[in-house]
Amino acid sequence: MSSVSLGHQENYLAADFRLWSWLTTLDHKRIAILYTVSITLLFFIGGSAAALIRLDLLTPHSELVSIETYNKLFTMHGVIMVWFFLIPSIPATLGNFLVPLMIGARDLAFPRLNLLSWYLYVIGALFAIESLIAGGVDTGWTFYTPFSTLFSNTHVFAAVTGVFIAGFSSILTGLNFIVTIHEMRAPGLTWFRLPLFIWAMYATSLILVLATPVLAMTLVLVTVEHLFRIGVFDPALGGDPLLFQHLFWFYSHPAVYIMIVPAMGVASEIIGCFARNRIFGYRFMAYAMLAIAAFGFLVWGHHMFVSGQSAYAGTVFSLLTFLVSVPSAIKVFNWTATLYKGRISLEAPMLYALGFVGLFTIGGLTGLFLASLGLDVQLHDTYFVVAHFHYIMVGGAVMAFFGGIHFWWPKITGRMYSDRWARIAAIVTFIGFNLTFFPQFIVGYLGMPRRYPEYPPEFQIWNVLSSSGAIVLAFGYVLPLFYLFWSLRHGPRAPSNPWNAKGLEWQTSSPPLPENFLRTPVVTEEPYAYATQRSSDG
Amino acid sequence: MEHLEFFPQRASSIASTIDDIYFVWLGLSAIVALAIGALIVFFIIKYRKGSSSPQPAPDDPAHERAMHRIEITWTLIPLAIFLAMFAWSTRAYYESVTVPPDAMPIYVVGKQWMWHIEHPGGQREINELHVPLGRTIELVMTSQDVIHSFSIPGFRVKQDVLPGRYTTLWFKTTRAGDFRWFCTQYCGTAHSQMIGRVVVMDANDYSSWLVATQTPGSMAELGAASFRQFGCSGCHSPNATVHAPRLEGLFGTTVQLQDGRTVVADERFIRDSVFLPNKNVPQSYQPIMPSFRGQIDEQQMLEIIEYIKSLQSVSQGVTQ
Repeated sequence: MSSVSLGHQENYLAADFRLWSWLTTLDHKRIAILYTVSITLLFFIGGSAAALIRLDLLTPHSELVSIETYNKLFTMHGVIMVWFFLIPSIPATLGNFLVPLMIGARDLAFPRLNLLSWYLYVIGALFAIESLIAGGVDTGWTFYTPFSTLFSNTHVFAAVTGVFIAGFSSILTGLNFIVTIHEMRAPGLTWFRLPLFIWAMYATSLILVLATPVLAMTLVLVTVEHLFRIGVFDPALGGDPLLFQHLFWFYSHPAVYIMIVPAMGVASEIIGCFARNRIFGYRFMAYAMLAIAAFGFLVWGHHMFVSGQSAYAGTVFSLLTFLVSVPSAIKVFNWTATLYKGRISLEAPMLYALGFVGLFTIGGLTGLFLASLGLDVQLHDTYFVVAHFHYIMVGGAVMAFFGGIHFWWPKITGRMYSDRWARIAAIVTFIGFNLTFFPQFIVGYLGMPRRYPEYPPEFQIWNVLSSSGAIVLAFGYVLPLFYLFWSLRHGPRAPSNPWNAKGLEWQTSSPPLPENFLRTPVVTEEPYAYATQRSSDG
Repeated sequence: MEHLEFFPQRASSIASTIDDIYFVWLGLSAIVALAIGALIVFFIIKYRKGSSSPQPAPDDPAHERAMHRIEITWTLIPLAIFLAMFAWSTRAYYESVTVPPDAMPIYVVGKQWMWHIEHPGGQREINELHVPLGRTIELVMTSQDVIHSFSIPGFRVKQDVLPGRYTTLWFKTTRAGDFRWFCTQYCGTAHSQMIGRVVVMDANDYSSWLVATQTPGSMAELGAASFRQFGCSGCHSPNATVHAPRLEGLFGTTVQLQDGRTVVADERFIRDSVFLPNKNVPQSYQPIMPSFRGQIDEQQMLEIIEYIKSLQSVSQGVTQ
């Protein structure tokens, strides 16, 4: 694939250097950069909270911080990581950058809405940071009533407002992607020629558009009850505190799929490229993502097995949870089978993607423990749950996010980074992650509750192991900051297709022109046609 | 930190079933995770870049058919395993939530940040719960403020404790000793201090404990005193002039309501009738009962319930 002649045009990064041009840009690629910078900042704020939590848990008594501070730390860690990092992570950065490029379009359908969604995100994040500076919030990221509405005297309102505003940013991004993928595909790019990353973005967008409004309504109800004493959740006013949990998890369970489905898309692109093979069961992979998005709406009650909801409701939710696990299991088998008869090389993005498969597998398997009603009673609200969802949301989603950043870095920045350092970072992250979170499964089954700054002495050994792992993990996360920044100035210039990958985004220059393509590309083949490429290469 | 624990003690009748489910999942997970890991490593080595191993023919129909067979196989096998595990763990769950009829009730009130326990005999404890070995115990629990959760890892039981309603949890102990108990639903500042210990004692020790901690009255007697003190008896007694439901034999019966609904007269119904009297107005009665919210606390409420339960034997059926 020869690169497109640049002519005299500047790429999107060099088009205009003024700050104002960035803050008013309608270019989806620049908005993706704005998002990347913002969420990276919040990732390290949320990560610092996690570091303090792990340090404090080295000893059974909360010696580093007071218990009030500890409660605020895990709340801010959760609020920031869930709403201001994980949910926007892949869709708003890689998705924004890649959706138009991968389908051969000039931009998203609604560039102004796209910029608006970034501003909404920033305003939401400022509210969250304001609540932190003002003294913090101590409700946990779940804001359970009646604690959040009537008992906590911390800055709940500011945090809730931030989450509420950021929700609209999600909705606008989802809407934009759905319309773009329907309407703006290049000639010849039929639905089953779409890269799985696009299918992932499509499935994720459906969840964003359908689930996020429920969160917004719930937060409005919380505020209305808090300010006007209208009984919705408070039993003293005739309300029902479990109603809050139903509404909250109706959003927040699908939100897990907002985090993991994009990661599945990224992993599929990377594994296909570095195994030089078509994705095994491509159509099944696409359908599985849609199935996960749809069934994901029907399993919220598995967060409430011991909440007091009826045993019959619990039974139905348990069964549905097992059913939604089937497509997830199949995806793991399909990624593995994609390696079969490939030509595999282990550049850094591939190491991240394989790491994703491994950690997602453990996260998925431990999810089955939790779906089992009788067993969940023992595991619920213990460190087993904490370990499980970190394997999915951090081991899975963040590993894939880093993989994606490394895979498309040459396209985004036009520079190559040091593959050796990147491979070291991927391996250190994988090892550090397991050291941090695996011991938590064991201490969870022993009964250690989550959200405890103090714990019985027999749990200490597992906490010390976990905290030691966190040091390795932190190293793995900080390392890329150095070599990636280094590459911006000193890295070799990237060719348009450094990985010899399939996909339209690799057919334009690195970095792309502001209008992406000089001529609208025409698609004539299936995605991941690596085998054909191999035979024609000889 | 002296010794390494991997599994909690098993001290209740359901603990071994729950552990069996856990061990089967552990075994299955280990097999799947190791198999996938081994396959990935094997493929990476065998099909590494530059190797001369065979490549797939891109559009071979036999290859396509084989692929479909593989996909159907690895869809159906996990599905079958999941359904079997679902059936097993759901059965265990129903066992763990169905309170046996011979259970001895003990009452629990959670509040920020301590647990009040009250035994039917009137014995009160804070953050400690003494129970006789081998006896089936039912905890009837409520919260005075936010949501708490009552968890005893050694017994494999856990149940959220909510304001405004009663939840129950039962266990049958199988060994004597001290067992940790935690609040596992985050409830504010001192959540991590809302912990306690369950003391499982053999029959003799338990009887001496009951005697040593004896109080002037049983819960029902204390409830009867409250019943008079708050003026309940003024309306709800045989010789009252006000038209109010009689309470003898009420507990456990089905009550017909004015709006056509029927409810079972359980703990929650009694509590709601006292605090939210307009919520469930019985048929052929006027909604004239005042609310006692803010006057009667959760523990007094439980004592009144225990008193109303004790009125079981007298003149059945007058409440209809």
